[in-house]
Amino acid sequence: MFAVNFFLLAAVLFCIGVYGVIARRNAVLVLMSVELILNSVNLNLLGFSLINGNIDGHVFALYIIAVAAAEVGVGLAMVMLVYRNRRSIALDDLSEMKG
Amino acid sequence: MLGATGWFLDNAWLIPIIPGVAFALIILIGKRLPMQGSELGVASMAASLVLSVGAAYQWIQRVDDAGGHSEAGTLGLIAGFGRSLTAAQEEGAAYVQPVIRSWTWWESGGASFGYGQHIDGLAVMMLFLVAFISLLVQIYSLEYVRGDRRYTHFFAAITLFSAGMLVMVLGENMIQVILGWEIMGLCSFLLIGHWWEDEANSTAALKAFLTVRVGDIGLLVGTSVLFFGANDWTQENLGTSGFTIQGLSAWALSGEASETVLLWGAVALFIACIGKSGQFPLHTWLPDAMAGPTPVSSLLHSSTMVVAGVFLVARLYPVFWEAFSIPDVSVNFIVVIAGITIVISALLAFVQDDIKKVLAYSTVSQLGYMMLGLGAGAWLPAVFHIFTHAFFKCCLFLCAGSVSHSGSHHSFDMKRDMGGLAKKMPITAGAWIVATLALAGVFPLSGFFSKDEIIDNVGHNGYEVFMYIALFGAFLTAGYMTRATYLTFFGEPRGAAAHASALEAAGAASGRAGASPQNDASGHVPSPGGAADPALEEGRASAGQVGVSPLEDRAVGGLSSEEDDPADPALHGELATAGLAHADHGDAEHHGPHESPKLILIPVCILAFFALTAGFTNAVAFGEDWEQFKEYVEPIAEASDLEAAGAAPRASDLEAAGAASVRSGSSILNDASSHSVSSPAPVQEEGGEEEHASGCGYTAPEEGGICFFPAVSHAEFEWSKAALSLIVVGIGLVGSWFVCVALYSKRSRSLVGLTQRLAPARWGYNFLWNKYYLDHLYEQRIIRSIAHPIARGANWVNQNVIDGVVNGLGIGGRKTGGWVYRNIDQRVVDGAVNASGAAAGGTGHALQPVQSGKVNQYGALLFGAAAVFAIVLVIVNV
Amino acid sequence: MVPVLLAASEVNVALNVAFGVLAVVMIGAALFVVTTKNVVHAALWLVIVLSGMAAQYLLAAAEFVAVSQVLVYVGAVMVLFLFGIMLTRAQIGAEGNLNNPGWALGIPVALLLLGVMGWAIIDLFGDQTIEEAPGGASTQAISDQILSPYLAPFLAITFVLLAAAIGAIVLARKD
Repeated sequence: MFAVNFFLLAAVLFCIGVYGVIARRNAVLVLMSVELILNSVNLNLLGFSLINGNIDGHVFALYIIAVAAAEVGVGLAMVMLVYRNRRSIALDDLSEMKG
Repeated sequence: MLGATGWFLDNAWLIPIIPGVAFALIILIGKRLPMQGSELGVASMAASLVLSVGAAYQWIQRVDDAGGHSEAGTLGLIAGFGRSLTAAQEEGAAYVQPVIRSWTWWESGGASFGYGQHIDGLAVMMLFLVAFISLLVQIYSLEYVRGDRRYTHFFAAITLFSAGMLVMVLGENMIQVILGWEIMGLCSFLLIGHWWEDEANSTAALKAFLTVRVGDIGLLVGTSVLFFGANDWTQENLGTSGFTIQGLSAWALSGEASETVLLWGAVALFIACIGKSGQFPLHTWLPDAMAGPTPVSSLLHSSTMVVAGVFLVARLYPVFWEAFSIPDVSVNFIVVIAGITIVISALLAFVQDDIKKVLAYSTVSQLGYMMLGLGAGAWLPAVFHIFTHAFFKCCLFLCAGSVSHSGSHHSFDMKRDMGGLAKKMPITAGAWIVATLALAGVFPLSGFFSKDEIIDNVGHNGYEVFMYIALFGAFLTAGYMTRATYLTFFGEPRGAAAHASALEAAGAASGRAGASPQNDASGHVPSPGGAADPALEEGRASAGQVGVSPLEDRAVGGLSSEEDDPADPALHGELATAGLAHADHGDAEHHGPHESPKLILIPVCILAFFALTAGFTNAVAFGEDWEQFKEYVEPIAEASDLEAAGAAPRASDLEAAGAASVRSGSSILNDASSHSVSSPAPVQEEGGEEEHASGCGYTAPEEGGICFFPAVSHAEFEWSKAALSLIVVGIGLVGSWFVCVALYSKRSRSLVGLTQRLAPARWGYNFLWNKYYLDHLYEQRIIRSIAHPIARGANWVNQNVIDGVVNGLGIGGRKTGGWVYRNIDQRVVDGAVNASGAAAGGTGHALQPVQSGKVNQYGALLFGAAAVFAIVLVIVNV
Repeated sequence: MVPVLLAASEVNVALNVAFGVLAVVMIGAALFVVTTKNVVHAALWLVIVLSGMAAQYLLAAAEFVAVSQVLVYVGAVMVLFLFGIMLTRAQIGAEGNLNNPGWALGIPVALLLLGVMGWAIIDLFGDQTIEEAPGGASTQAISDQILSPYLAPFLAITFVLLAAAIGAIVLARKD
């Protein structure tokens, strides 16, 4: 099995995730794209773990899963808060920070 | 050889654990318990007390055994301190190894941080003291804060507070000491701000916390400095880290310590003590801390918190001893601070109206005595003063609380709401007077034996100037305490203290026929019947006796009949000066001054008893047989064998602690008469002024030997010297009293005709008038003519000199700032700033569209930029 | 890109085939996630991507991570997403304006990134093979790693989770 397999797949997923983050307007969809990015990073870590023959990558993958869960929880809570205040979760409406 | 440790000594670490656990339980389930958690607090303190007494008893046995005497000690006066034994010292007793156990807490970078216990005479004494005082204060609080809205929290905090002090006292290393120190800081914040709804209280809590924190920086710095200085030495010689108390002590006395490290470490630590123990520049938080409930003030000011600083100095005494060259100089940092503190705070006590603030300044002054003793090499008297001071100061505070609780409607203002309470509260008054005399240092009471010893030893060790300062302080102490006593318990009742009488007067004036004659007869505080009282008091006072029983007899009638006096809620609300959030007592039974309930009186009486007798545990005046403190608390400054000593701290068991003492030329005797004899054969010299030639703390220990405590010297007790301080105190007491009485009788004379002429129905008017006159006299005579100039001077120094320095710095800073502003700022800097500002503004405007506020665009920029930079990196690197 | 995905002689063909199938499915599903006009559908496509990811973990001999992936992502996170979608009243059917006005900007950025990363990866690992999928990291070995050398980050993670839980409650609470 080729080592690049995992890394290339991860890179493709990462870029798809990046596209999603940039292109999507709906906040929930942006969060989903972020999940794609995080998963591709996990795949990368496991690939490195395979190449190096130790399991540190597994440990970090688990940590990332935990952090991602926390991130989704907080992110969705924020989305709901935004929705309650504005009846909309369109990100381009949230431009109070405009310079 | 000596393994006579016992269960209590080995497990002394349980003592702080118990209140710690109790704290958690109170927080968790306290509110659901029948007594809302207070029973847990009291029970935990009682358990701690039992363990401490056991530890004290076993420590005494251990010391006896070390001295080669295993005869069973007879329990004497207090908690087994009454053992009479002198033989132990006759053949050069060995240094008694403290009972040290330690466990590793965590390790980092090669340094291990342990926790454990370091039990020696000092620790045992403090453990007993803290547990005892805390128990009494908690019992007192059961009644005092009854019905408070944060009753449970109060007990939780005060229990944790005691636990913090116990942790610190037990501390085997500096980390643990810091831990306990900080727990206390936190709890003091919680407790002082207990009634935080009142903004003054929360401000005071903040002030206390922040002021102490200023000093705490010193603690951290000092600990670090000493650690880095000592760690190598202790690891090599003792196998312990540079945090351990024992390691630091031995290192400081080893003669290998760097003078610079020692000096800066000690200065930093002492700054921490200045903050915690309210010494001169940082003493301001102590009087403000009176905002807390009285039991808190009492605990804070007697055995915990403020004593922590003194304790730290006593604990690490070798460090300070070496750093400040205590035996060789006649002035050093500690004694200067302490001397200033004694006088400044004693003078300030004269101008306080708040009874608790008088006591607060008194505490500051007494802490100054302790520091003075430590700074001047009088270790034992200073530690003994901690012991005795705890009893009488706690008693005074509890009496003040009792007065405010039952006598003055939660007011602490002596001039407005007190006076004449001796008749109404005889037991409180009696206890107060006993404690006052003890504080002043009158002969057979406890304060004499400690304070006089400090003064004596300070002079003996070559600090003559400070001896006279201390004597002056003793004079002032006697003076202000007499004033406080007079204002509170004698003279005419005022304000809330006279409240019941005022009610009656109103009743009589409005001609409420049925009740008025009866009331008049019974609640007769300033009534015609009471007109004779001043004369009586005067006579008694000038005769020098302070009797309780006659007052008690007289109070019975007034007390019982007032209980059933009909309450007048409206008038009550009007006159009550309480203003405290917890003033929720039933109106029916609190409408006038009366004696406090038993739960308040019992602790007060116990403390008064100890204030009376605690001095006999080290009554130097009566000969060696009475010097229990010296024998059991003071470590013997004897060089120990290095191997035995080195093995002991880590072994956590005490078999190795036998510490066969090195029979070398450096054997030092702690004899009552001869201080630090340097020859191997002890020669009883009559307090001769020989040179401190050698010995622990003077010369480095010999090869293979190790010292843990410097050979402090002891002054020979002489009645002639004691007489001097007694006379000074007597002048203070009697003089201050006579001033009061003279004014008082003069007022009476001018009033005799008036009260005779006026009808009894109009005595209320007279009372008000008298009150005004009394205040007037106090202002004119006592304060303005005697104390005011000096006290105002002290205040002036406080306000002008210190403020002046600060202001001067500020003005200087402002002027410099102005010049810099005009010349450098405006021209050079401003030009540059304006230019860069303009540039930034232009760039900002140019880049404004980028800040669209849209997350997606930011994401695109982020990732795009990352990709571009990655390409750049690749191109550069390939 | 020739030797990358499928064909290889000395390597385990079955593994590579499985990987290739899974990879194609995942990439396709991921593309649907970011392009579909229906939010619920996007979530369901995401389920496929995440499940495929779990399968990839299995191929990489990371059973424990794979199980965690299924439990946490497919189980918990997806349910959270679905709840989030419903509570924000997204249309169940197709929705016109799920994309930004400037969505096209994403394409060059993503392609740029892909180019850079792909080049770097192939440059570094292009000819490297993994001889045989190792026996796999036992759960015990992972726990040994987590609970001794990586204990501090583990504790940190626990605090992060706690803070996130509290934060989510505070944020989402109605008051």
